[in-house]
Amino acid sequence: MELVCPAGSLPALKAAVENGADAVYIGFRDDTNARHFAGLNFNEKRAQQALDHARSRGVKLLVAINTFPQPGRWDSWKRAVDSAADLGADAIIAADTGVLDYAAKRHPDTSLHLSVQGSATSKASLAFYQKHFNIKRAVLPRVLSLKQVIKLAENTPVPLEVFAFGSLCIMAEGRCLLSSYMTGQSPNNFGACSPASAVRWEEKSDGSLDCRLNGVLTDRFAPGERAGYPTLCKGRYNCDGKTFHVIEEPVSLNTMNLLPQLMKAGISAVKIEGRQRSPAYTADVARVWSQAIARCKANPEGFTVDSQWEETMAGLSEGSQTTLGAYSRPWQ
Amino acid sequence: MQITLGTMPFFWKRDEVLAFYNKVAELPVERVYLGETVCSKRRALNLSDWLQLAEMLQAAGKEVVLSTLGLIEAESELSMLKRICENGRFTVEANDMAAVHYLSEQGLPFSCGPTMNIYNIHSLSLMAKLGMTHWVPPVEMSAEQLELLLAEAKQAGLNIKTEVFSWGFLPLAYSARCFTARARNTPKDSCGFVCGEYPKGLPAASQENDDVFTLNGIQTLSGRHCDLLGQWQQMQKIGVTGMRIAAELDAPETIERLQGLLQGKQDSVLPVNACNGYWFGDAGMERVSLS
Repeated sequence: MELVCPAGSLPALKAAVENGADAVYIGFRDDTNARHFAGLNFNEKRAQQALDHARSRGVKLLVAINTFPQPGRWDSWKRAVDSAADLGADAIIAADTGVLDYAAKRHPDTSLHLSVQGSATSKASLAFYQKHFNIKRAVLPRVLSLKQVIKLAENTPVPLEVFAFGSLCIMAEGRCLLSSYMTGQSPNNFGACSPASAVRWEEKSDGSLDCRLNGVLTDRFAPGERAGYPTLCKGRYNCDGKTFHVIEEPVSLNTMNLLPQLMKAGISAVKIEGRQRSPAYTADVARVWSQAIARCKANPEGFTVDSQWEETMAGLSEGSQTTLGAYSRPWQ
Repeated sequence: MQITLGTMPFFWKRDEVLAFYNKVAELPVERVYLGETVCSKRRALNLSDWLQLAEMLQAAGKEVVLSTLGLIEAESELSMLKRICENGRFTVEANDMAAVHYLSEQGLPFSCGPTMNIYNIHSLSLMAKLGMTHWVPPVEMSAEQLELLLAEAKQAGLNIKTEVFSWGFLPLAYSARCFTARARNTPKDSCGFVCGEYPKGLPAASQENDDVFTLNGIQTLSGRHCDLLGQWQQMQKIGVTGMRIAAELDAPETIERLQGLLQGKQDSVLPVNACNGYWFGDAGMERVSLS
């Protein structure tokens, strides 16, 4: 089982490599990837340095080109695919069928992974992507229960990667336009959810804090209450006569407890979310997860989550809370 | 310009569904999409009921298309999808790539719904090559972008029909979680079909009471209601061939209204609470007033 870690910068990539990542995924500095944030990501020169560094330590480099090319702007995605292939990246992670088709035909020697943004949740969908684009791996959306993941792993035509840790998308990835509904920009059309440019914080005289996204009040925090990044699906809204987290609380995904079952199911890789996070985050999360995978491999039956790992991960999580998300049926 | 009727987003009782489509048979709508696309647990009608409705509507002169689930999770859902794709009588609308797989493997023509994420000429051409005859652009696509794309499609000689989602709560997101059950503090596995209590969906508003979302089981729709009826001339100009009306309670009146607009018998009025921002390249929730 491979540990796939995020890097939004060269220092983060080095941190991942030094702390046990088997593969690191990066994106270019534009809207061709789903972490299109100011100051983040790699230009071609940095991407080359990333590749050289990773390869010198036997670590793979994956390049995410996983947004959907917008009308009239194909050249940006074409250039990204060509750059990743010319660089010699170990795989391109893509979602759009046009991008996959182009990459498969133009660069048949570069492996393709289906991005989580491709929304493939069944063997028939996976078979489609394998048949037409010869994908070598698929990343599953965070919508399947553990039982469904295990069942799919039995029948899948391609190796599977699942999300292990990090910010939790509640919606099927690639099928969520909530962000563009409120701001005009979504993961699909821009590579960002609840973009920072649309966020406005308003502190009131009583110390309470209002958070607005493009003018819409998405949450209101009491004085002293902890306020995380205001992702719109994790705000508090009025519904059915109550005010609550209508969609989801600000929590993070943590599946470390499931490692033995995921390993037994034959899951090929576990993915850590967070290219937007600091090198320190990447270092911590890579370290505890690589240790956990090693321990689980050595003794799957006796595997338990070390309390120190637990503590480290809690410190890295949104709202300090973690959940199994859709893997756990009661969450659904 | 064809008037088309999309699927029924909300969970209505069997009698209500049958009465609704009996009315639809008499309406000036040319193409009707039938079936449950949101939650596989909703079984007020089974496949043979839907097929009977399809036959009734076809006999009334409608083109009928069977639509399919937007998010496939369980094996049982995949089997049902396969049965629909192999129905042998009616064409099918894919809302997930699994459906495209089953349909293209059989060499059948098919439609693609708005969740298929066709944003560019490369994905559009690929789907057309696989047998796609009709498609709905992602609801977040603007008129300007669609114009560009349809010009490229024309240049590439693609023979496809383009339908724009023109009226209804915008389908925005799908999840494993049932938000209606969550709002009612009920586990999904024993939901008791609480979504059936909200024939217009369950509204969620900001703490300042701005409409934000409409909850519909595992689907999240827009809080404001999209209305692009007044855009029909612009749509026609750029090559759109159909305007899709969501099968909500007021759909029959809306179809009549659109028919009046298309025939020049009526002027378009944008309702006060409607949204149309996506079409104008803005946030989807915005209301761009028509001059």
